[in-house]
Amino acid sequence: MTNFDFLKYKKFFILVSASLVFFSFILIFSKGLNLGVDFKGGTTIEIRLEKKMDIEKIRNSLSKSKINNFSVKEFGTANDLLIYTDNSISPNDIKNILEKDLKEKITIRKIETVGPKVGSELIKSAIYSVLLCLIAIFLYLWFRFEWQFSLGGIVALLHDLIITVGVFALLGLQFDLSIIAALLTILGYSINDTVIIYDRIRENLKKDSSSELSILINESLNNTLSRTLKTSGTTLLCIVAVLIFGGEVLRGFAFAITFGIIVGTYSSIYIAAPILIFFKVKRDWSIKIDNTP
Amino acid sequence: MLNFSRFKIGLILISLLIFFYIFIGNFNFTNKYKIFLDKKVNLGLDLQGGSYLLLEIDINPLLIKKTQEKYNDIKKIFDEKKFDYKNLTFSNNKIQFELKNLSQKDDAINLINRAGRENIFLNNNLENLKKDFVYKIDKNLIILQFSDDYIKNLKKDTINQSIEIVRKRVDQLGTKEPSIQQKGDNRIIVELPGLSDPSNFKNILGKTAQLNFKFLKSSSVDKDNIGFEKIKNKADGSFIEVEKKLIVSGENLIDAQPGFERDTNQSIVSFKFDSIGAKKFANATKDNVGRPLAIILDNEILSSPVIREPILTGSGQISGGFTVEEANQLAVLLRAGALPAPMKIIEERTVGADLGEDSIRYGLISFIAGFLLAFIYMIYAYKLLGFFANISLLLNVVILISILTLFGSTLTLPGIAGIILTVGMAIDTNVIIFERAKEELKIEKSNIIAFDLAYKKSLLTIIDSNLTTFIAGVILFYLGSGPVKGFAVTLCVGLATSFFTAFTVNRLMVGKYIKNNKDKLISF
Repeated sequence: MTNFDFLKYKKFFILVSASLVFFSFILIFSKGLNLGVDFKGGTTIEIRLEKKMDIEKIRNSLSKSKINNFSVKEFGTANDLLIYTDNSISPNDIKNILEKDLKEKITIRKIETVGPKVGSELIKSAIYSVLLCLIAIFLYLWFRFEWQFSLGGIVALLHDLIITVGVFALLGLQFDLSIIAALLTILGYSINDTVIIYDRIRENLKKDSSSELSILINESLNNTLSRTLKTSGTTLLCIVAVLIFGGEVLRGFAFAITFGIIVGTYSSIYIAAPILIFFKVKRDWSIKIDNTP
Repeated sequence: MLNFSRFKIGLILISLLIFFYIFIGNFNFTNKYKIFLDKKVNLGLDLQGGSYLLLEIDINPLLIKKTQEKYNDIKKIFDEKKFDYKNLTFSNNKIQFELKNLSQKDDAINLINRAGRENIFLNNNLENLKKDFVYKIDKNLIILQFSDDYIKNLKKDTINQSIEIVRKRVDQLGTKEPSIQQKGDNRIIVELPGLSDPSNFKNILGKTAQLNFKFLKSSSVDKDNIGFEKIKNKADGSFIEVEKKLIVSGENLIDAQPGFERDTNQSIVSFKFDSIGAKKFANATKDNVGRPLAIILDNEILSSPVIREPILTGSGQISGGFTVEEANQLAVLLRAGALPAPMKIIEERTVGADLGEDSIRYGLISFIAGFLLAFIYMIYAYKLLGFFANISLLLNVVILISILTLFGSTLTLPGIAGIILTVGMAIDTNVIIFERAKEELKIEKSNIIAFDLAYKKSLLTIIDSNLTTFIAGVILFYLGSGPVKGFAVTLCVGLATSFFTAFTVNRLMVGKYIKNNKDKLISF
């Protein structure tokens, strides 16, 4: 069994985490998220060209035709392009304009149109679902453990969530419904490691309530370390396969989960466990505390 | 925990056989012999290609129309009965007028009750009766309004009718297995699998298709005195005055077919009225030979032919410089009937069939890659026990797919990612158990006791950790839509099946092995 002193640098890691969270917040509010059509409304059209073509040419062709708000970018293979417009022009018109102008056959591979009203509804339901998930996990942990544990778990989860979203802001990756699905999965998964560690801490607290809390926590972290790393590692193996081979559609989703699992594993060890010391977790689990006044 | 009774073993094997049986039905080659279920897992629109459209009904124009009808009825009966009133006006869903003095109140209410179909009631004792119209008195001012109940019912009727008409339109256009469902109280989801160019559908679904026949304004005075309105002419965009009075509307149509005019070879739509419509049309045309008619579709004049002779047969034709396709569309719209209220497409997601195929390929490749990586790692980390875990991992996928098949859940691309993710999480379960066994083996010399303890102690931990992911999955299922929902389903079902395989199949194999090698050193 390993014997690392995890808690030796706890202040350092908590400081690192706190500043990462802080910078994520700044990034999210200053740079903002690159919202997909799901949330901001509008239309994206994925087209395939017969042969590779200069993006500039397509941009020129579209701006010549007095289409106002649009963006074009490469998507996956060199022949595939993603065009974003507001809802003022139909995908078929765009196809016709380009075909006439470029004299090239164009296939529409995907159209996604979301009206502004639907977009704001989707934002709302996304926020609700993340909050609901946090609350449900909090209640569950509270029910199974003590409030110190559930608070520690939730702080670790918020940490993972904010940093993951911060990375999306930093890299300008598209943020859409599938990313929300990924965030919820991160919430559900990241708490796994934490629960395993907490389970062990509680087990050790029951066995031995005389040693110092930080020693007990450290011992529990070492007990579970190989499990923690192996479970995260194997899940990573699978999701990295999706990240590499899953194609463009799943890339953002797989990236979010990959990143979330890594941050989640880190936070289980360096945030969720040390926090118990700050919250002064109950020591003696053999005595039932009588709460009746 | 390593002991299984014969009964339990039998039960596990039988359930595995059933799952296999359902799973194999998913492959094309098996169905030659007709011994397997003819049921396959549903592929989502993102995998098979197709179109998802979300339509929203706007009830307000209908409400305004109803209010106007009511207003017309009231005005007519007041004038007929020479009732003394002032300033009768309407706006949105409100009608108001002033009385000369309050004693006229009962008379007014009586008259209003006789006008039109909707009733208002004088006193509130009649709670049980359905009130369509409610009124308020403010000094001499009477304000009439449709009741909340009435509006609620109107909404319900409107969406039901709209769904019916959307269904007719979709059926007329012909696509395989369309799905049309209500969402909320004013939205309709239309799913059209296998359709990669929905522009034709979009043109047709968004049209109200309200067809009206009215007379153009002529020099003679309109005898019913409802007034005139200006309507846009489709041909040149100008506005033409027509009588507000309706001769006949599309409600009375029983058939509409596209065709060609013999002389000019122009595309036309010929139509036929039912007996009521035919009578109305005959009466109107009899008295108005020589006057131009306005054929109005959704507030646009399609054509304005002059009535050359009374049309008694109840059939006619519309020519409006259509293309063949436009004539076809119009015929479809008229046959399916008009929407009671206008509808808009507020969300569309269309995936081409070839992109769907690409997605399936990507999904399969990443599944195989992820699975192989997991497989190799488990054997590397846990040798023979890892191999057992891999078998239960494979069974896990088989059971997962067969459950999706059985319940008719839809497999989407994120759903495939969900399966791969559950493979990862299923390994977690095994890792937790085996790591625990390793620890117990350090304290406990007996293999049997050590593994027994490992399973016991891991059980609660695994339930704890999987339940939290499960909670997230359930929330995602209820709040997610489309492909994301597919992910939530596979995630939740996958967690359940991985729990099942780890604690039945895998435990059975491990248990048998440990019992047969009581004293052997278990190598990890």
